Amino acid sequence: MSQAGQSTHEMLESPAFKRLVRHRWMVSVILTLLLFVIYYGYILLIGYNKPFMATKIGAVTTLGIPLGVGVIVLSWLLTVIYVIWANKVYDVEVKNLKSQLK
Amino acid sequence: MFPMLNLPLAAIQTSLGSPTASAIFFFFIIVSLTLGITYWAAKRTRSTKDFYAAGRSVSALQNGFALSGDYMSAASFLGIAGLVSLKGYDGMIYATGWLVGWPALMFLIAEPLRNLGKYTFADVVAFRLRQTPVRVASAIGGILTVLFYTIAQMVGSGNLITLMFGIPYEAAVVIVGGVMLAYVLFGGMIATTWVQIIKAILLLLGVSVLCFIVLYKFNFNPGNLYAAVAAKYGQGALEPGTLVTSPIDAVSLGLALMFGLLGLPHILMRFFTVPDAKAARTSVLYATGFIGYFYCIIPIVGFGAAALVGRDIITGIDKGGNMAAPLLAELLGGTPFLGFIAAVAFATILAVVAGLTLAGASTLSHDIYVNVIKRGQATEQEQVSVAKKATVVFGILAVLLGILFKGQNVAFMVGLAFAIACSANFPALIMSILWKKFTTAGAVASILTGAILSVGLIIISPTI
Repeated sequence: MSQAGQSTHEMLESPAFKRLVRHRWMVSVILTLLLFVIYYGYILLIGYNKPFMATKIGAVTTLGIPLGVGVIVLSWLLTVIYVIWANKVYDVEVKNLKSQLK
Repeated sequence: MFPMLNLPLAAIQTSLGSPTASAIFFFFIIVSLTLGITYWAAKRTRSTKDFYAAGRSVSALQNGFALSGDYMSAASFLGIAGLVSLKGYDGMIYATGWLVGWPALMFLIAEPLRNLGKYTFADVVAFRLRQTPVRVASAIGGILTVLFYTIAQMVGSGNLITLMFGIPYEAAVVIVGGVMLAYVLFGGMIATTWVQIIKAILLLLGVSVLCFIVLYKFNFNPGNLYAAVAAKYGQGALEPGTLVTSPIDAVSLGLALMFGLLGLPHILMRFFTVPDAKAARTSVLYATGFIGYFYCIIPIVGFGAAALVGRDIITGIDKGGNMAAPLLAELLGGTPFLGFIAAVAFATILAVVAGLTLAGASTLSHDIYVNVIKRGQATEQEQVSVAKKATVVFGILAVLLGILFKGQNVAFMVGLAFAIACSANFPALIMSILWKKFTTAGAVASILTGAILSVGLIIISPTI
């Protein structure tokens, strides 16, 4: 293996990197679960409690309308959180690990 | 074949159904622009990396637009606006389901996919396993998904063009097939990416303007808009109706929409066009933002159509409600605005079908021909040549199937495509990313089981 190939291989096998990958998956799983709660929570709320969704919060506007929009906005915010974490924590850690092995 | 009309066309003041000057004008601008881009792209398409993956040179923002372009089809634009106009809040519930797959795509698939694959999702599934069986199984899952999705798009586009421009159905299908084949055959992924970007920007712009004018008519107070709808059609229009009757059904549909996205070959392909994993994740961020914005403003358009155009007129032109948005555009901005929206809908159709054709062609050429038949031993030139031949084959097939299924109710086919993507493609993909001990037998079994179960169950279901 070339010098570069060897150090990449070392890094991929290193316990520190494996820990980082596990960490990344934990973040992904947590965010996915949050997504589930938000979306399927919304769906089950509609399925089991229609009157609640029909509650008026304005002259005619129902609670369901902002909730629906809220699901979309919150889901997008989850992606923002992920990208901020990945850029600020994950990528930085990967760079650290790479330089450590030099 | 003309749509069933409940009211005589003369009673409905609309120029829908015949080509208007503005529609033709915008249509020609869009087609010339996109064909010009295809010509430019063709000069830069030399290698397989260019043809399948745009040389991996697409930026995160560009890919964000392209991904959202690939996803926001005419069906979702016209269909959901129509659904909200006719069914009210139920349309909004449906709209949210279309967005939620994207965060899941980001968390679970985007980066590993980019790191592990070359041009297709089968690259990732076959990564550590025996090529032939896995490639063939992935191809089956991929082709089935793309095929059903394509038939639905071709039939939908034929109907739409006939409805909007009055051109005979078969001619419409052939035109769509011909133009999109030009994009893919000559410009490959570079051309289709830019067609998607342009279409996405036009679509977002058009719907934003529509939404703005609607809100303007109601003093920028959505409450006034909802009040107008409730006054006309009752408070029920703002409440959940019959869409979510059984929570189990709703969750099942939600799962198919959410994880089906993660198995759509034409979406997954786009992740190989960006330089690295970081660009992949950023592009999903942008795409989710654009798509989320889109599904937030579409209900305003739908409600606006209900309040200002009226359900009678909407169903008078098309029972399914697909003309709600165009009719609203005509009401608020006259024939020119209608022409613009009609041309944008047409561009949307072209772009999505082009993306599907490229995905189908890449499965036939990269997965089957190069990796299975030629066992990976094919020159660059051979690979590009086969890719182009597969494109023509798939394109002609799409046109023939579109004509064959004329008049059929193919709405269930999109659901079927998502179900197959969710049951056959996604599990294999996620397991090959997560599970080191995934075996060849396991991968093949999972794909085939998923495909057989989803197709089988839908065939025996009440829908068909």
